[in-house]
Amino acid sequence: MNKSKFLFVAAAFVALALWPLTVGQYGVDLVTKIMVFAIFALSLELLVGSTGLVCFGQAAFFGIGAYATVLLTPQDGAPSLLWLLPACVLLAALYALLVGALSLRTKGVYFIMVTLAFAQMAYYVVHDTPLGGGTDGIYLMTKPVLGTLLDLDKPQAFYGFTLACLAGVFGFLTLLLRSRFGRALAGIRVNEQRMRATGFSTYPYKLAAFVISGGIAGLAGFLFAVKDGYVNPELISWHLSGEVLIMIILGGLGHLRGALIGAFAFALLQEFFKSEAIFGEFAKHWHLGLGLSIIACVALLPRGLVGVPGQLAARLSGRLTGARGAPSQEVPHD
Amino acid sequence: MTNATDVLLRGSEITRRWGGLVALNKVSLELQRGTVHAVIGTNGAGKSTLINILSGEIPPSSGSVELLGQDVTGWSQPRRARAGLGRSYQRNTIYPTFTVLENCRLAAQATVQKPWAWWSDAQRCTASMSAARAAATRAGLDDLLAREAGLLSHGQKRQLEIAMCLATKPQVLLLDEPLAGMGAEETERMLTLLAELKSSHAILLVEHDMDAVFRIADCITVMVNGTVIACGTPDFVRNSPEVRIAYLGEH
Repeated sequence: MNKSKFLFVAAAFVALALWPLTVGQYGVDLVTKIMVFAIFALSLELLVGSTGLVCFGQAAFFGIGAYATVLLTPQDGAPSLLWLLPACVLLAALYALLVGALSLRTKGVYFIMVTLAFAQMAYYVVHDTPLGGGTDGIYLMTKPVLGTLLDLDKPQAFYGFTLACLAGVFGFLTLLLRSRFGRALAGIRVNEQRMRATGFSTYPYKLAAFVISGGIAGLAGFLFAVKDGYVNPELISWHLSGEVLIMIILGGLGHLRGALIGAFAFALLQEFFKSEAIFGEFAKHWHLGLGLSIIACVALLPRGLVGVPGQLAARLSGRLTGARGAPSQEVPHD
Repeated sequence: MTNATDVLLRGSEITRRWGGLVALNKVSLELQRGTVHAVIGTNGAGKSTLINILSGEIPPSSGSVELLGQDVTGWSQPRRARAGLGRSYQRNTIYPTFTVLENCRLAAQATVQKPWAWWSDAQRCTASMSAARAAATRAGLDDLLAREAGLLSHGQKRQLEIAMCLATKPQVLLLDEPLAGMGAEETERMLTLLAELKSSHAILLVEHDMDAVFRIADCITVMVNGTVIACGTPDFVRNSPEVRIAYLGEH
């Protein structure tokens, strides 16, 4: 990571750490939710941005993490975070192992469709069977605890815990992508055929990435369930898989920062267009404004929000040297 | 030179059908260490299909492939690559956003222990780093290690393609048109490199540049419509009446 990227990430985490000191309950709640989605977006970024696998069923792992949290919580007394959290992550990762093992035999559009199909399968299991309370969803009766150290019922404590999880996931993925395993994933993203000709059996690499991604999405699902204390089938629906995909595209594919920025941008845009103070009656048509602004972003910012500084710098230097003399920033095609 | 133990790669009676089309018809060939074996033929003669089958990218309909004395017909492409079979592609398959060194290092990583290690920085993997440096130097790219691969000239990209092959320390090289699109000077440099590599490798060269082929090849196989019509030394092939009629053209 170079200096400016490091500074950006460090500043972002410091700002997040200081945030609860400056705002009230609403602000803390909102940013907690966004951080949960940022973890979710990071899980998908590992697949889409880093490995080149466009998964359109990521909500399945999120939803399984969330449902597992509620279903595994015993009726009597609060469960310990120490076993509940790993159990939820593990269950999501196990489902990812199953989905990945089968779907990774396909490529391109077929891969997208197969992952979607597996997610919809999970959706209908909780939607149409009594297992997960059907369309009504189910409530989480008691929140997990960590002895007397941590009470996740307190918004401030939960905020801190979520921030720690986000930092942990971000750090873990940063290390992972710099490692030999991560470089192999990068090679697979650019040219899988070449990687095979070089001697990499690419299937286990992709499957490992898929399972790790599923586990991280499960962690996000766990946090979401604990935060809201309620889960319903919408957490597994393809809408959510699509939303998280939009987050990472908005932020900029191929960068972990992109997932962070995208999750914040998406949620803040949503808040903005939903605001009755600004849009009055029109606020109930917030989908329209959100959709149009996302289309505008994708059309005007081909490298996502992460690429904005680079785009500005290129335009500025183009103006200074005269548009014709400006060196091209693009990698030329073969 | 024709010692039987020096045959590193052998294809026997390789046939490949695509539906009703016979792309390769009982093609056999042997690659020996210390030789450049060229395969020539018009477009569609089956040269690339042959390379794809030898390297394990596609399976043959019948026939077998033997690598270093072992039958590898059922082996996957990655397994053959790890056993010492390197190939380059007709189009550039370098990783354009990586540096030259990282392109080579990633290739070398395939053969180091624990190529999947997820905990330590890849840049600190000394085994793959030193193999990458050696391969880049061998291919004449030692001044360009830090250059982004997409910014190289076409000839340098072809050199990098070879360097990535060498980084895995193969014994057999299957090179698919390494000279395509190169200028005279770049061609010279590549031919010098191939001549150097010949002593320690068995090289299969698919190439359209006839001057280069007849200069560097020790043995030439001529293919037409998936069938071998001649195989022998450059002189033999040049004087073969079948080849003159079918491929080189009577003049």
